[in-house]
Amino acid sequence: MGFFKLSARDALLMVIFAAAVLLAPIWLKPFGAAYPDLLQKFAIFGLFAIGFNILFGLTGYLSFGHAAFLGIGSYTAVWSFKLLSMNVIPAVIFGTLTAGLLAVLIGFVSLRRTGIYFSILTLAFAQMCYNLAYSVLTPITNGETGLRVLRDDPMVLDRAVGVIQEGSPIGDFFGWQMQGFPAFYFCAAMLIIGFYVSLRIFRSPFGLKLRAIKSNQTRMRYTGFNTRPYLLLAFVISGMYAGMAGTLMVVTDPLAGAERMQWTASGEVVLMTILGGVGTLLGPILGAVLIKYFENIFSAFNTDVLHDVFSFMPDWLENFFVTIVHPFVGEGWHLTLGTLFMVIVIFLPGGLVEGFNRLFQRRKKKASSEAAGSRVATGGEKQATAEN
Amino acid sequence: MAERNIVLNIQDVNKTFGGLKALSHVNLQIEEGKTHAIIGPNGAGKSTLLNVCIGRLEPTSGSVTFNGEILTGKAPHEINQAGVVRVFQTPEIFPELSLLENVMIPALSKRDGAFRFNPFRRLADETDIRDEAESVLRDMGLLEQKDHHAGSMSRGDKRRLELCMGLVQHPRLLLLDEPTAGMSRADTNSTIDTLKRIKERGMTKVIIEHDMHVVFSLADKISVLAQGAIIAEGPPDEIRGNPKVQEAYLGGAHE
Repeated sequence: MGFFKLSARDALLMVIFAAAVLLAPIWLKPFGAAYPDLLQKFAIFGLFAIGFNILFGLTGYLSFGHAAFLGIGSYTAVWSFKLLSMNVIPAVIFGTLTAGLLAVLIGFVSLRRTGIYFSILTLAFAQMCYNLAYSVLTPITNGETGLRVLRDDPMVLDRAVGVIQEGSPIGDFFGWQMQGFPAFYFCAAMLIIGFYVSLRIFRSPFGLKLRAIKSNQTRMRYTGFNTRPYLLLAFVISGMYAGMAGTLMVVTDPLAGAERMQWTASGEVVLMTILGGVGTLLGPILGAVLIKYFENIFSAFNTDVLHDVFSFMPDWLENFFVTIVHPFVGEGWHLTLGTLFMVIVIFLPGGLVEGFNRLFQRRKKKASSEAAGSRVATGGEKQATAEN
Repeated sequence: MAERNIVLNIQDVNKTFGGLKALSHVNLQIEEGKTHAIIGPNGAGKSTLLNVCIGRLEPTSGSVTFNGEILTGKAPHEINQAGVVRVFQTPEIFPELSLLENVMIPALSKRDGAFRFNPFRRLADETDIRDEAESVLRDMGLLEQKDHHAGSMSRGDKRRLELCMGLVQHPRLLLLDEPTAGMSRADTNSTIDTLKRIKERGMTKVIIEHDMHVVFSLADKISVLAQGAIIAEGPPDEIRGNPKVQEAYLGGAHE
């Protein structure tokens, strides 16, 4: 019992996690990542990936259409700003709920199939949403221009209370303007809540049942479980996470465009989750942070910066290295991401978290073999290979 | 023997796969609290019959009723929730989960039913479920390995785990598909002992088995299946001396 009904170990994990997130502006400074725009992205995509992992990591169902929920969350949030209030609370609530509703619909149809067919169905739905946003739904989505908040929008609640912002409208949390660090801290709070919920799901009988579905769904049916509603709930929960991430994008920048729903966005969250470690608690966030970090750092490198980096070399060597490295940075940073992804998938199929676990176990093994002789060590090794 | 309580009633079941007649006019009544063995040579239709009982296959004609409830056409989870539990021949376990978790899952199914959304309960607080799973694992001698991954166990251990998963549900009818196949002699004997113990608790069982040693040490009644039809039925002593059965088995041996 005790701390939010977490075991001592999980409570510690939660405290460390919350501290790491809240202190990110300090400890990320040496990495050059401590500016609010990037920190917001870390939190938002971290949340997106945590939610995605509840579906993919626990049930094994690989959705290729989660960007649709991101998109609908964003659009709903902008409409909540436009019609109700610039306060971010209704925006987050409505955005999350509409994403949940869309997830019920998409999940109900897509979950009739498993494996690659499920992935294709979700992809088809997401692309449908994307194309609709550009065409038929233009009155709601404002098509290619993107949906933004205008000064003369109704904002019924704000006008009723008489709080109308000067200048271009910005999201607002009871007086705090959602820009810069306040916006990051709002996203960080959502991330911490999201992580807590995910932790509870992982540790619940519900979570165990989801993992069992991933392991052997047929057996689950013959064990007396109706697996469909379990899968649908996991799908909806993860859709709601994505929706919330979508609203946070709008909270930090009140603009929604359809490109957010494109399949590349769906693919990105898959990469994040796999890179960090599918089915692990922290992996998806790690993956999200890493990808967003690389995107920002490497894409900012250009030829001049490279020449600076290699300037200590003789000219001919400097030019040689710049030519080799050049395709991997700037516009071509995806090449770096692709290489990194391949290396991880080939050598660490369990993602970065598996890598850390291996390092940790190796050290533990060393310690135990020194203490109790080599017999224990071989036993530990056997167990380690079984776990992989 | 005057008032017999029939738990499972298989009435005139036929099953054809294309041109192949796997089951023809099978009638079988399973009495409460008894152990009923179904034997027969390879390809006699034993597994097909079991699959029809648990809803994996739908019979071409005929019906299966369990305590008056028609099982035919029901979803697998509904049949399980009704109290008919099958122990699979090839272990159908959850390889990525620990042994304890493998047994907790069916125990949760017994308590939670086909669906229950409880994301904010703690698994660690489910002491009843855990205790029950551990006691079944202890019975089968698997308790020491409870935290191991199920996928890394030997085949014989997987079979015993499979049996644990069936027993923890306290089924009203337990269907055992060759429970000792692939086990060593010692394991076979300990499994027979376990099954005898549940028999004392009055659990109704249907056993499909090749091993005559197992059949004759457990069964109250034996039905002999050959080429999809029941050719003999009766208590073990009667079956042992039945010339038709011996012929079917000798024929089966040539396969």
